[in-house]
Amino acid sequence: MFVPGNNPGMMADAHIYGPDSIMLDLEDSVTMAEKDAARLLVHNALKSIDYGNTEMVVRINPLNTPYGKKDVEAVVKAGVDVIRMPKTETAEEVRELEAEILKVETEIGRVGETKIMAAIESALGIVNAYAIATASPRMMGIALGAEDYSANLKTNRTPGGAELLLAREQIVVAARAAGIACFDTVYSNLDDMETFRKEVELIKTLGFDGKSIINPRQIEVVNSVFTPTEKEITKARAVVAAIKEAQAKGSGVISLNGKMVDRPVVLRAERTIALAVAAGVIDKEEVL
Amino acid sequence: MVTIGPGEGLQVELQSSVAAQFGRQIKAVITETLEGLGVTDAHVQAVDKGALDCTIRARVTAAAVRATGKDVWKD
Repeated sequence: MFVPGNNPGMMADAHIYGPDSIMLDLEDSVTMAEKDAARLLVHNALKSIDYGNTEMVVRINPLNTPYGKKDVEAVVKAGVDVIRMPKTETAEEVRELEAEILKVETEIGRVGETKIMAAIESALGIVNAYAIATASPRMMGIALGAEDYSANLKTNRTPGGAELLLAREQIVVAARAAGIACFDTVYSNLDDMETFRKEVELIKTLGFDGKSIINPRQIEVVNSVFTPTEKEITKARAVVAAIKEAQAKGSGVISLNGKMVDRPVVLRAERTIALAVAAGVIDKEEVL
Repeated sequence: MVTIGPGEGLQVELQSSVAAQFGRQIKAVITETLEGLGVTDAHVQAVDKGALDCTIRARVTAAAVRATGKDVWKD
């Protein structure tokens, strides 16, 4: 969930709504005149506020602006989990950020702790998606930034999202090939929850791991779409139980209710259970 | 909002909706933050509406950086 880095009230309260991840923003939601103050607010909030298990991300300004390197120093020194790199177009840019992070981490003796998430927001970025996704061992995920991307394509955003189809698929494929996560862009019309839900359903079908949001009201919709149904969980449990039994007997292929269960089916079942555990609808202990 | 001007020693003028309960603590946070930045002489005006300590520290640091022109981050 995006939270403006110049709003201390929102920064203090955001985790109460239970997002998986909070993304404090130093880039587009902060005016140039407020960049220095917002950087200090974010630094002090990260150091002082107990966000519990919520993953803490900060979207920094690009390194080629007067703010980017100072943002890196401020958030790495505050122990941020992930730095979101905006407008990423090449692997080289990722390696530049990686070098900046390492410099600060070395200074404070916390080497290797800061992860990177790259936001891809242009045609060039989409073309280079796999190179970006594999540019650093710190890369934990790539994300689509649709407003800039649509503008770059010389088109507009539409409710159906036809203009984003290639970019979304490219990001999912690149992320899967690289073995990292992928996150979809924000949907900014808070008055149209129906279209928002359809968009979340679409991106889940495409293979995304999650969606960026801009308001706590959107959390419930994303969670409800991504949380497996009871029927899906029951089926997944049966598959996992059957494969465990088969493995115990030394067999790799099994049949369940007359259907062959092979590796892709098992992988899907395991993901269903992992999602159910993450969503809190089944207990981790139950799976073991 | 925090405003910093020239002064002798650290003088903190605080207007806060929670002054009765937290006035002393807020002034202590302001003073400690400035001392941590090496600022020993300043007149500080702070208008607070119940901010967390981390927010006060950030606001005071930003005001001091702007007043002195000396950033806390490397260039």
